[in-house]
Amino acid sequence: MSQLLAVVIDGIVYASWLFIIAVGLTLIYGVMKILNIAHGSLYALGAFTAVSFCTAWFGHNYAAAGSFAMLAAAAIVVGLVFGPLIERGLLRFMYGKDEVVLVLVTYALFLILEDVIKLVWGVDPLLVQGPNGETPYSVLGNFEASGLSYPYYNLVLVGVAVATGAALTWVLTRTRSGKLLIAVIHDREMSAAMGIDVGRTYFVTFTVGAMLAAVGGALTAPTVSVVTGMGAEVIVMAFAVVVIGGLGSLPGAALGAFIVGMVRAASIHYKPELELFSVYLVMAVVLIVRPKGLFSGAEVRKI
Amino acid sequence: MKLDRTTIAIGVVTVALLAASPVLPKWAMSLLNVSLCYGTVVLGMMLLMRTGLVSFGHGLYYCLGAYAAGTVDQMLKLPDMALMVAAGAVVTGIVAAILGLLLARYRDIFFAMLSLAFSMILYGLLVKSSALGSTDGFNISAKTLFGVALVDDARRYAGFGITVVLTTLSAFALNLYLRSHRGRLAEAIRDNELRVEYMGASVRATIHLHYVISAVLAGIGGALMAINIGHIDPEMTYWPQSGEFVFIAILSGTGNVFAPLGGALVFETIRSFAYEYSPNTWQMVLGITMLIVMIFLPGGLWSLIQRRKPA
Repeated sequence: MSQLLAVVIDGIVYASWLFIIAVGLTLIYGVMKILNIAHGSLYALGAFTAVSFCTAWFGHNYAAAGSFAMLAAAAIVVGLVFGPLIERGLLRFMYGKDEVVLVLVTYALFLILEDVIKLVWGVDPLLVQGPNGETPYSVLGNFEASGLSYPYYNLVLVGVAVATGAALTWVLTRTRSGKLLIAVIHDREMSAAMGIDVGRTYFVTFTVGAMLAAVGGALTAPTVSVVTGMGAEVIVMAFAVVVIGGLGSLPGAALGAFIVGMVRAASIHYKPELELFSVYLVMAVVLIVRPKGLFSGAEVRKI
Repeated sequence: MKLDRTTIAIGVVTVALLAASPVLPKWAMSLLNVSLCYGTVVLGMMLLMRTGLVSFGHGLYYCLGAYAAGTVDQMLKLPDMALMVAAGAVVTGIVAAILGLLLARYRDIFFAMLSLAFSMILYGLLVKSSALGSTDGFNISAKTLFGVALVDDARRYAGFGITVVLTTLSAFALNLYLRSHRGRLAEAIRDNELRVEYMGASVRATIHLHYVISAVLAGIGGALMAINIGHIDPEMTYWPQSGEFVFIAILSGTGNVFAPLGGALVFETIRSFAYEYSPNTWQMVLGITMLIVMIFLPGGLWSLIQRRKPA
């Protein structure tokens, strides 16, 4: 019983983490029809920037609790710098091309950003840590649940995931700009004809998506050693999440994250050697049964 | 049978490579070896691309071919090069025939994603299977060719020989196929599936067939790579490896069977120099090249050659 509880807790924490990363991916795909491989690089950039910011913070001997502000700042800076840079500098010339071509463009971008990271931060693993070993992770301490100890930091992840999901849902369904966005998703050309600034919509969407990837990276940075190649690992996992849920669907990303989180937590507790295998098996099975994912609407047939 | 220019060129290249092998310096031989192995895999990618499909998981067959060869070599104790390649081809053929039943129903990014999922399943399995060396993989000896024992340098030459022969044979066969009735359907399917069906051809059967052919080519490439490098590991089916194949295919273009082979050679040459002089900007060079090719040369490097000689 206690093991089952542990699986559920781990699963929820892991699902929250996945959701934060995957929701940006699905948002960008839903609006712009770009399956953004470079999302993994933005995640890594968020993590590396968080390391630099936190190291500077600790270097000044400021209060350790403030390092959370540094994590947030890292995500915002990466989102605001790289989002506009990528969208304005590259992607806007590619709109209207085949989806597969767009995947390849972002793959090229992924390769470029991987080396940008290596050039700026080097190839050695980095840690978010103060001079006395304090981290945003340790500042919060631990809590006990059914005999096992969990860091409070995990609750931060869950909180951020829920807040992100709620905020996006609210914007999409309750605000004027959300309704305009849905119009653009349904018919780009018609929206433009009705006076919606499609270019601006794309610009904002991509920047928000990039920032979400960076949030995921910044929040991950204190819990792992930050290494090059971490983006490559995460992006396939995020693909699994959004593909299971249905590309471009917000509730789909939540469900996909929940399924992958639970499957992975369960396999880690019961059969650790099947950890990666099980995640992609679920992805393959879902694609076989529902080729467009669990939350996909009916599509008009194109000839 | 009328010989076309490509067939003749394949023959000339084969003879030239084999004749040159005794005098080739070591570095040139290993560069050619790796390029030819990659080239074989990308021949398959080219066939899929002509059919309008991009697989982001062809590392699956590349790796499967290598592990099949490795199993024959290390577990079954039959370290014969020919047997190893045959095992790679047969295993990938069977797996692709089964997975193809599913994949032939998918298009565009869904095809790419599902093939990615399958390749990552294999990765997940290999990384955790200690019998196959988990993340470290294992070494391969490949001591004989058709039962003839190979010692020292003979092993290197035999590896090169079998790679040249099999790669050029694959190119030859693929070239023949592309000129056949069915082979020409590839581009028709890419352009408009519905019309192909109205003409009475089966889109699904053709895609399935092309998927199996491309998988077998990747399997052969993987087995040859295992023999030449002498080591295999699960990275062969990790998605960046599949991405590399996609990259070479884009770089080369799909105009002719020589495109993937030449593209692979260009790719490997750049890689060798980049590793030597700036290991930390190698991927950046790749990425920028890929963007430039996609924007200015949608037909790949081959279109440069084609433009000069209108067919």
